[in-house]
Amino acid sequence: MRQSRLYRADALILRDRKIGEADKILTLYTADWGKFDAIAKGVRRPTSRKSGHLEVLTRSSLLLARGRSLDVITQSETLDSFAPLRDDLERLTHGLYVAELVHQFTVEQQVNRELYCLAVETLAALARDAALDLALRRFEMELLTLTGYQPQLRACVSCSGAIAPVVNYFSPPAGGVVCPACRVSETVLRPLSVNALKVLRLMQAAHPLQAARLQISAPLAAEIEEHLQLYIRYLLEREPRSREFMRSLRGPATERVLS
Amino acid sequence: MVDHAPAAAPVARLIDEFNKLPGIGPKSAQRLAYYLLRLPTEDAESLAHAILDVKQRIVLCGICQNLTETDPCALCRSEVRDRTVICVVEEPLDVLALERTHSFRGLYHVLHGVISPMDGVGPDDLKVRELLARLNGQEAREVIIATNPTLEGDATLMYLERLIAPLGVLVTRLARGLPIGADLEYADEVTLTRALEGRREI
Repeated sequence: MRQSRLYRADALILRDRKIGEADKILTLYTADWGKFDAIAKGVRRPTSRKSGHLEVLTRSSLLLARGRSLDVITQSETLDSFAPLRDDLERLTHGLYVAELVHQFTVEQQVNRELYCLAVETLAALARDAALDLALRRFEMELLTLTGYQPQLRACVSCSGAIAPVVNYFSPPAGGVVCPACRVSETVLRPLSVNALKVLRLMQAAHPLQAARLQISAPLAAEIEEHLQLYIRYLLEREPRSREFMRSLRGPATERVLS
Repeated sequence: MVDHAPAAAPVARLIDEFNKLPGIGPKSAQRLAYYLLRLPTEDAESLAHAILDVKQRIVLCGICQNLTETDPCALCRSEVRDRTVICVVEEPLDVLALERTHSFRGLYHVLHGVISPMDGVGPDDLKVRELLARLNGQEAREVIIATNPTLEGDATLMYLERLIAPLGVLVTRLARGLPIGADLEYADEVTLTRALEGRREI
């Protein structure tokens, strides 16, 4: 796969951790080699030529050298720094949520070029658009599809019958919509309104630009968010960590800390 | 666990303890343990006491949360420091770095970390509450947020700005730009943009 000693990769930096005196281990998500860790030497020194190009949530063109265990980043140049993310706490936390989900839903060395493009496009949208939450919902739907967890929204996952335009139910374990008739055996399911189902279907089918123009009311957005959140939590078997901080920003922060 | 079958039990225990330290692998742990074995007893005792001393005598300053032997710490008790300016830093080592400049005469506040949403580290895990309590009660007019210019540092900075600004205290942050000895050619776009924004008349 990686034959020569040096190779080039366009990478999105998903996360970093400090190691040694001045080094960092970065988790990269690349179009050509999927996700892997690489070591960036000396990037914690102020005069490092690489550090600014290797911040989390940056897309950079890298030159890497094959190492014994981890590959070493030898050169780096920013392709896209998504600069507005760094000036706005909401945009930043939304971006970190994207990075966390990509990290959680992928395994090392597995190539998924579409997912790489989706992550980059979503970060660009978060840096540009006003409707941040809508961008996240679109990202979540697309991520689920690209990683093999596309929710079944066209037929009941239990009886395979057609879905009628009434209040149905969403089942995270079954990964799709359950019709009212099949719901009896699983009483804990959360209801899914007709409008929420329509929006989810549209997000699944529509071109991203079309979905971006969606105008949805706050209660409807909240319902959709909750369903996707429960499904994602079921798949990951835990809540994404950045979600809690993202949620805490919605309330009046000062009161929460002082209480 | 280290493979130490031939070592005697006390030596093995020491090797295990060293192996727990950050950046110390099994081989380094062995070397350190055998080095200590050859050391005079006084030297070994002095090391043991030094370790116990930091654990027993160092506490957090009730005001600035820095590590100190006396509470409040020498800086917070000092008569000559400017009490109207508080510089917020991530770690105790940052206080030492800023003190080395001899350019800051105010007080500090150590957060003991940064907000890192992906690692599940939120404001409640830092000394944020203590900072706000300090600002509510005292004569502080300015808070300088001196977190690292990283993503987590920026997240912390923006979060604190949001909390502190409504209290009527001036919130500032350190300048961003090119470090001494850097190369313009290798600077990233964000740094260069900040450097341009922050240019000043000569």
